[in-house]
Amino acid sequence: MSDLTRLDASETAAAVAAGEVTAREVAGAHLDRIEQTDEAVHAFVHVDRELTLAAADAVDAARASGGPLGPLAGVPLALKDVFTMRGAPTTCGSKILDGWRPPYDATVVERLRDAGVVVLGKTNMDEFAMGSSTENSAYGVTHNPWNLERIPGGSSGGSSAAVAARQAPLAIGTDTGGSIRQPAAVTGIVGVKPTYGAVSRYGLVAFSSSLDQGGPFARSVLDAALLHEVMAGHDPRDATSIDAPVPPVAAAARGELGGVDGLKVGVVTQLQGEGYQPGVQARFDEVVQLLTSLGADVVEVSCPSFDYALPAYYLIAPSECSSNLARFDGMRYGLRAGDDGKNGVEQVMAITRAEGFGPEVKRRIMLGTYALSAGYYDAYYGQAQKVRTLIRRDFEAAYRDVDVLLSPTTPTVAFPIGERADDPVAMYKADLATLPSSLYGGPAMSLPAGLGDDDLPVGVQLMAAVQRDEQVYRVGAALESALQERWGGPLLDRIPELATGGAA
Amino acid sequence: MTTPSSDVLMSFEDAIATFDPVMGLEVHVELNTLTKMFCGCPTEFGAAPNTQVCPVCLGLPGALPVVNQKAVESAIRIGLALGCSIAPWSRFARKNYFYPDMPKDFQTSQYDEPIAFNGALDIVVETDDGPQSITLGIERAHMEEDTGKISHLGGATGRIHGADYSLIDYNRAGVPLIEIVTKPIEVEPALAPAVARAYVTELRELIVALGVSDAHMHQGSMRVDANLSLKPRGRAEFGTRTETKNVNSIRSVERAVRFEIQRQAVVLSSGGTIVQETRHFHENDGSTTSGRVKEEAEDYRYFPEPDLTPVAPDEAWVESLRATLPESPLLRRARIREEWGLSEHEMQSLINAGALDLVEQTVALGADPADARKWWTGEIARISNERGLDVAVLPITPADVHRIIVLTSDGALNDKLARQVIEGVLAGEGGPDEVVASRGLAVVSDDGALLEAIDAALAAQPDVADKIRDGKVQAAGAIVGAVMKATAGKADAARVRELILRRVSGA
Amino acid sequence: MPALDRDDVAHLARLSRLQLTDAERDHYGEQLDVILAAVARVAEVAADDVPPTTHAVPVVNVTRPDVVVPCLSREDVLSGAPAAEDDRFRVPRILDEEEQ
Repeated sequence: MSDLTRLDASETAAAVAAGEVTAREVAGAHLDRIEQTDEAVHAFVHVDRELTLAAADAVDAARASGGPLGPLAGVPLALKDVFTMRGAPTTCGSKILDGWRPPYDATVVERLRDAGVVVLGKTNMDEFAMGSSTENSAYGVTHNPWNLERIPGGSSGGSSAAVAARQAPLAIGTDTGGSIRQPAAVTGIVGVKPTYGAVSRYGLVAFSSSLDQGGPFARSVLDAALLHEVMAGHDPRDATSIDAPVPPVAAAARGELGGVDGLKVGVVTQLQGEGYQPGVQARFDEVVQLLTSLGADVVEVSCPSFDYALPAYYLIAPSECSSNLARFDGMRYGLRAGDDGKNGVEQVMAITRAEGFGPEVKRRIMLGTYALSAGYYDAYYGQAQKVRTLIRRDFEAAYRDVDVLLSPTTPTVAFPIGERADDPVAMYKADLATLPSSLYGGPAMSLPAGLGDDDLPVGVQLMAAVQRDEQVYRVGAALESALQERWGGPLLDRIPELATGGAA
Repeated sequence: MTTPSSDVLMSFEDAIATFDPVMGLEVHVELNTLTKMFCGCPTEFGAAPNTQVCPVCLGLPGALPVVNQKAVESAIRIGLALGCSIAPWSRFARKNYFYPDMPKDFQTSQYDEPIAFNGALDIVVETDDGPQSITLGIERAHMEEDTGKISHLGGATGRIHGADYSLIDYNRAGVPLIEIVTKPIEVEPALAPAVARAYVTELRELIVALGVSDAHMHQGSMRVDANLSLKPRGRAEFGTRTETKNVNSIRSVERAVRFEIQRQAVVLSSGGTIVQETRHFHENDGSTTSGRVKEEAEDYRYFPEPDLTPVAPDEAWVESLRATLPESPLLRRARIREEWGLSEHEMQSLINAGALDLVEQTVALGADPADARKWWTGEIARISNERGLDVAVLPITPADVHRIIVLTSDGALNDKLARQVIEGVLAGEGGPDEVVASRGLAVVSDDGALLEAIDAALAAQPDVADKIRDGKVQAAGAIVGAVMKATAGKADAARVRELILRRVSGA
Repeated sequence: MPALDRDDVAHLARLSRLQLTDAERDHYGEQLDVILAAVARVAEVAADDVPPTTHAVPVVNVTRPDVVVPCLSREDVLSGAPAAEDDRFRVPRILDEEEQ
């Protein structure tokens, strides 16, 4: 078999199912690739070769005994270190959870195991998913495989980098304000934030409960859809989980629901132009033209409330995080500092949290504490929740006229590591285009649109109505195929070859 | 060691002559659901530490709450029983504060959108002029979760202030609680302590009748916080209040309120001010002492719990729960008293014996209320006292007691034999008829056999017949006793007496 | 927009249980001011008649039946504890707080 790390997930699954290759061989090839490249990329914070191979062996044994295999059986996957999984640490990129080994599996992890997906390890992330660059991790910075001096996006930067670096064909990230879509865009891969409630949050360490959503990273729209179908579905352990059938995303990705001919596509006025790099705008405009040439009816749609998405998000998410992260107090698990026998419990909590949390987390906790305080609640959190209503109304009005909405995923290509490290407001702008659909709750995909400034990847964002996830896959698959025809292959073929070090 | 903040109390009479007390009672009731408020862990009391804990109630990262349906139903039923409106849409909120007994460092509770609000409870207090009925307003009843249990260890006293460290058991964390809050209670000042007691008593009976909680104050499944402030007579605005916790019995509620009235009165009269604080009640001497002073207003940063969906009971659901409500304990007692013709005192002793339900069930089977009361509050209550058990848990049923009453009134048993039957039933020998049969307890009803025994007794005590003939009828008692002895108690004493008198008079 | 002084930041840090140095207080104070200035724009829109949105997909009455499910083993419960004693979590002494 040729290089197993170059196969798509669907190809790998077919090869394993046909007995052309074992899951163990596939896992081994990816473990080797991680060993060779991760010193440079640092996508992973935890890899356990034995555990991985044991999971692969279980798939091979199931196949040997003639048991039914899932559509992704034997495919390796990189898991963002924000999901709990027995047998491995869960750190969320934070020192405060250093060494914590959760005694339970996230629902997503159970589903992966049931589907025969082989988890390679846990990927790096901005601490508690707060960030857009994966620089805010207590376990080091992750590098963009396209250019190691650049950020891989965040907060799911370890997962996006792993897929772009061919360390894994699939990865899982979480998206609160863009943490799947923005990393996917800047690393030239596909990333999807499903409808809020589509994927169970049980076992996903919460950042902002009303916004957090797990979703897939892949190198193709079809692979993302296959993983989406494995992850999604009702979970009685998550009260916000949607109790309805998962939209037919894989069928849509295969083109079974049709292409874009005759579809109405809305270009959002507020999510382009000023603030967007020339290269980003150029690739976006090309995608718009391409859609038109494919028969889509492209119209401009104005969503005036989107201008308030950034301030609303930076009130809601920190408010919820200030409460969600209270439990990290050094009493039951994780780090405890300052327990010298003299300090009381209040001081030990304060010292533990001071030592355990990084600056961005502290900033957001204090911001959220402020926004929820008596006397400020109405002006901040309350008002932000109203903005959310206005944004939802803008989306609902738009989807009365169009099937999907379109925008660039990010204003810029991957920026240099360190450039925005201590300028929170500049950093927050990376999520400008992804925030509205987070606040609304609808599905959104980032799809590679070509290379922009500095020959780095640009992503285009497709958004659809709540519970119409199949729409973004349908349009995404059509665009992907048209773009690849134009490029003569996947965008990722143009990624510079990484120097391979470590054990060969 | 804390010391009482005032050694001198004003006499209660002097205190209420000058001040009007305003009370607010907050009662926490632990529901008897099988599982916790937000997870499937059992709620059983007394399990080994940290054995009834899961990722949710331990607040592990990533775990999520899901509301217990039964707990919501219990909350609605409590609300309905208290005459509250049930909110068509209510939410849980997070009450944010750090404390190590709270695994998430916030309590999931209800804040400005409680499930039930604006109700009332009628109570009866004893006054010098007899029983007085008072209606107390209920502000709200809402759902929340309990905390873990902290033990303070080390140090000189083993109490919180001297402790070196603490140990936490999270078994109780997440157990469903309903908090029931009264509106400000302003009654005739002299009645305030008794009203507090009567309210808690009545509420407890209601909760027990609903079957939603054991409401054991000593086990903490019902807990009372008493808020109290005083205002000088004639003043409209409320004074600064204190919140007394740790009130672990119904009697203590009355004592705590009384103490706070007397303590606050002395402070205010001597020109001092009341500090808004939490105070702790001490069972041993009935005092309260200062706990935490609320220096700055609490800032709990409440916001709607994003992990839970709103609770929006529709009318059909509420009405179906209303249909399950038992008769209110107060109305039921009034009805029963009237039906059975009992005095207030007799009613009270029936309730105190814990036998009201059992007597009612026995009566429902056809027994006369007086007979049913006689056995349940007499012999059976005596045995339950002896064994230190509640009457209700003894292995004898209303059906058994009913059967014994039937056998007695048919003359097949006398009281002495009936007591033996009860003993046999409690010993597990079977139902009343089986015990009668196996122990051979039937009354001797053959006059011939009785006359034989009477003649023998009269022969042995020849002077008795003369006394009876001289009009001293009570002398027959000696012969009755001898006959009962001869028949091993199986004779019907009344019949024996009748036969003796006939025999002696030569009839 | 209220500017946050060092005392304000100290208060927030206390509420948040974060021990900060004076220098950190100043630094965070400046940054929070900038962020608050940026987010205060939410006040410009959303009039009184706009209801808040708290959930992306509105559903109500999601509950579970009152059925016992297995707990964690005590070993698992205490596995992450920084300190444990007598099958319980050991925590530093609790000062100046409410007696439970």
